[in-house]
Amino acid sequence: MTPLIAPADIPYLPRGVRLQRDRVRDITVLQAPERALRLDAVGEAILSELDGIRSMADISAALAARYDAPEAQISADMRDFLTGLIERRMVFVKGAP
Amino acid sequence: MKDRPAQPADIDGNPVTPGLPMAMLAEITHRCPLACPYCSNPMELVRAGAEISAEDWGRVFRQAADLGVLQVHISGGEPGARRDLAQIVAHARDAGLYVNLITSGIGITEDRLRELDDAGVDHVQLSLQGIRPDMADRISGHPGSWNKKMAFAEWVTRIGFPLTINAVVHRQNMERLPEMLELAEGLGARRIEVATVQFHGWADLNRDALMPTREQAVFARRIVDEGRLRLRGRMVIDYVPADHHAVYPKACMGGWGSTGLNVGPDGTVLPCHAAQSIPWMRFENVQDRSLSDIWHLSDSFNAFRGTAWMPEPCQSCERKSVDFGGCRCQAMALAGDARATDPVCSLSPLHASVVEAAEASAAGPTDSLVYRRMSRAD
Repeated sequence: MTPLIAPADIPYLPRGVRLQRDRVRDITVLQAPERALRLDAVGEAILSELDGIRSMADISAALAARYDAPEAQISADMRDFLTGLIERRMVFVKGAP
Repeated sequence: MKDRPAQPADIDGNPVTPGLPMAMLAEITHRCPLACPYCSNPMELVRAGAEISAEDWGRVFRQAADLGVLQVHISGGEPGARRDLAQIVAHARDAGLYVNLITSGIGITEDRLRELDDAGVDHVQLSLQGIRPDMADRISGHPGSWNKKMAFAEWVTRIGFPLTINAVVHRQNMERLPEMLELAEGLGARRIEVATVQFHGWADLNRDALMPTREQAVFARRIVDEGRLRLRGRMVIDYVPADHHAVYPKACMGGWGSTGLNVGPDGTVLPCHAAQSIPWMRFENVQDRSLSDIWHLSDSFNAFRGTAWMPEPCQSCERKSVDFGGCRCQAMALAGDARATDPVCSLSPLHASVVEAAEASAAGPTDSLVYRRMSRAD
């Protein structure tokens, strides 16, 4: 899978895509056009960090520090997870300012 | 926890366990300025006087959200034919639902679209009937529709809604699929849904004019596969293939009564939009009973839940939990029995005759269309 995001890119949730608590199933879902995607804890942790300001590298560093995990691993997981969502047009990216 | 009387049971009395619905199709009106010959509305259209109120929809949306529904698809007919559409949308958002608006784009002005933005529409899905004015206007039966749709698409983008293009393909336009993808991309769509006509109801009246050929089905598959590679990360292509030419049937609704429900203009609740084509089935109404009770306890929703009701060859098939025996309405239409294996399945004893009939229709002697119209009886 060719990655669709580089470390310096800034990922964000575009209009029409939002995180929402599913109170009936007690999970968090990503609401998007015609899709509601169930998120696991990792997916939720990543998407909750997207603020449209910080780059993927910034966010993976923050998550690595918070969860005391190897940054290379977090960075690779994040790249693959976000690439899947970019393919589905649920996450957009912009270049560094 | 409310008391649940008896254990829900399928059509043969086997116990079933209802899950929770994710999505609801709200067909808020059957009125429509277009007359597409493959309309998915039932043959018996609901008249304006029988439509439930915006307040009723608000109650239904709250019940749906309590039941686990996350997304509502507000459709019709043309939802814009209801003057209180913005109010209906606001009720859906207040209930916490994600709101998809499925529209022809006809009859909604730019000002009104801005009202719908304020009311909370999350996503707009615009139907296109062709890639140029002549074809679009002929298929929709509405002169001038093309220009209105192009203007509408521009407003959608200007306001900033995510846009999906909804393209129904059939024998008369399948060769134009590459241009349809280009058009959707040019309009700034994030997604395009390419759906081959499903031959129920109105479309069945037009089989001989709309049934694609096998070569067209193969062509469309190739264009979709190539398009997905080329447009990766730019535009999503969702594709509903021509199932008369498939090996296995489509997993209709992801399984009967499993993840979705449909509420019609008068409040009738259906397991799928075509379910009224099963003549013996009785459907309940949100005016009489809560959505939760209808979902969990009604005979219509429980009839084909699970896999125990399935006849052979489905019962011993390893795909029975993949495609759920196919489409019940198609089984009704083609086998005369809603319980039968979907006859488009290559394992159905009726398959050969279905393919033969599809090929005869595809070789169609006619291009003339029977349009969807409300009868003028009263």
